[in-house]
Amino acid sequence: MGGRQRLNRIIEKIIVFILFLATSISVIVTFSIIYIIFSEAIPFFKEVSIIEFLTDTQWTPLFTQKHYGILPLLVGTLLTSVIALAVAIPAGITIAVFLNEYVSSRVRNVVKPIIELLALVPTVVYGYFALLIVTPALQKIIPDLQSFNALSAGLVMGMMILPMIASLTDDAIKSVPRSLREAAYGLGATRFQTAFKVLIPAASYGIVAAIMLAIARAFGETMIVTIAAGQFPILTFDPRQPVETITAYIVQVTMGDVPHDSLEYRTVFAAALVLFILTSIATSLSFYVRRKMAMIKR
Amino acid sequence: MKKARIIDRLFGMMGWTVTVVSLFILALFIGVTLKLGLERLNLDFLLGYPSRFPEKAGILPALLGTFWLFVLTLIITVPIGVSAAIFLEEFMKPGKWATIIEFTIYNLSGVPSVIYGLLGLQFFVRWFGWGPTLISGAATLALLILPVVIVAAREALRAVPNTIREAALALGATRWQTVWHQVLPAAGPGIATGVILALSRAVGETAPILVIGAAGFIAFLPKGPFDDFTALPVQIFNWVSRPQHGFIVTAAAAIIVLLGLVFLLNGVAIFLRWKWQQRQKW
Repeated sequence: MGGRQRLNRIIEKIIVFILFLATSISVIVTFSIIYIIFSEAIPFFKEVSIIEFLTDTQWTPLFTQKHYGILPLLVGTLLTSVIALAVAIPAGITIAVFLNEYVSSRVRNVVKPIIELLALVPTVVYGYFALLIVTPALQKIIPDLQSFNALSAGLVMGMMILPMIASLTDDAIKSVPRSLREAAYGLGATRFQTAFKVLIPAASYGIVAAIMLAIARAFGETMIVTIAAGQFPILTFDPRQPVETITAYIVQVTMGDVPHDSLEYRTVFAAALVLFILTSIATSLSFYVRRKMAMIKR
Repeated sequence: MKKARIIDRLFGMMGWTVTVVSLFILALFIGVTLKLGLERLNLDFLLGYPSRFPEKAGILPALLGTFWLFVLTLIITVPIGVSAAIFLEEFMKPGKWATIIEFTIYNLSGVPSVIYGLLGLQFFVRWFGWGPTLISGAATLALLILPVVIVAAREALRAVPNTIREAALALGATRWQTVWHQVLPAAGPGIATGVILALSRAVGETAPILVIGAAGFIAFLPKGPFDDFTALPVQIFNWVSRPQHGFIVTAAAAIIVLLGLVFLLNGVAIFLRWKWQQRQKW
């Protein structure tokens, strides 16, 4: 009896230790990502000065006349992301408010799952849509739109991110106490006033957290921009022009046959470092805001 | 007062417009793809091999590659993800360490998939010497969806009422026995739903697989985890990047298959969830 119990206790300890090891894998993965980026980025910055990297306006590591300025890739990433977010944030919040306050639950139960279908479509498929459907259609309105351009890549990326904003905003609005909503309607507020003067301010932490996640998502989106925005690292703010994002550059070089342990190969990791910093800031802010929200609720 | 009414109405109209336009665009995208691709979608296409000639090209190696990836990713990610979720929900005390791990998992879910690709390239392909094989691809995808699996499994575990745990503990069960015999079976369908949803995302992932070096043109079928491979999304990307019009049609046909797979997986997950809610006794 005593022996059996002791054996049980030892087995229990071993199992809990295995569970702990599984949990620690996420920490190991985090450090591995940081390690692989820095182990190639540091040798890169030994050959290229950080000043040149941050201020040079050309990015031509694969040409004979080499320049290592990240700005064209960074601006490409920001340009496509801003277009995407300019679509996804207003449209996502509008849909969330609309489905919550304006329509019957019957309509909501039909529309919501269909909107969420948008999030299931693989990004390579969105890239196909952007290149072969959206760009030709837009070219009829904007004649000097290039066949690879930041505009349609950004717009389609907005479609992809929209359901994420809509569903996280929906969660945030739903978590506002009923009493607040009923008080607003009781005082004679319209649906619009209730939504934008009571519910959204009360849900603002959740919505800000959602927007931060969407920003990280837009920065990191790869296939849509690789297919539809082009692979020409030109420094431009013109959405009609082709641009290259950091992510598209990573795909372009790793798919090619650049030898490992070369400076060209390391440019990928220097670019990835910038991307990793940007997305980490956005997700960390999102985490911070969510924690703050949880604390206030308590 | 009147102005407020008008704004209210206007926003309602805007809501309808935005919703209808979004649904219309989705319908348009799918409609155009179906119109282009359906004519190519036949048995020869599904069972054929890639070809330089678009009208002869098929997707069998890609389809099989995607199937292999699905199974291997499942095998790698489920034990790790569910174990981590059990530890975090059932054994870890809240505090500084719990917050740090939660922060880590949250941040990992925000890391772009292309960076997971770089991780896979450096670790699995180069250091481990696995090369651009199925196992490298599956391991990379498994790490990519791990945070999603952990979060989903935790939610399923949290949905199990505490009374079940308390009853088991009161009868003298140890904490692990409680988890293994009571909590895990009760949370099982919820976990399965989350895992399938996460895997449906992995099936459509392209960037990490491209980065680790999956080929876009493979004329043989992979026979084991250590074979080179291609996958459906990579095949689509390969065709989209070609100039001939014929490959646009082939890509559309492959997109129909990929969307069908992803929607089917989600349908299964939703069905499981629904079934579970019907059976739930608490």
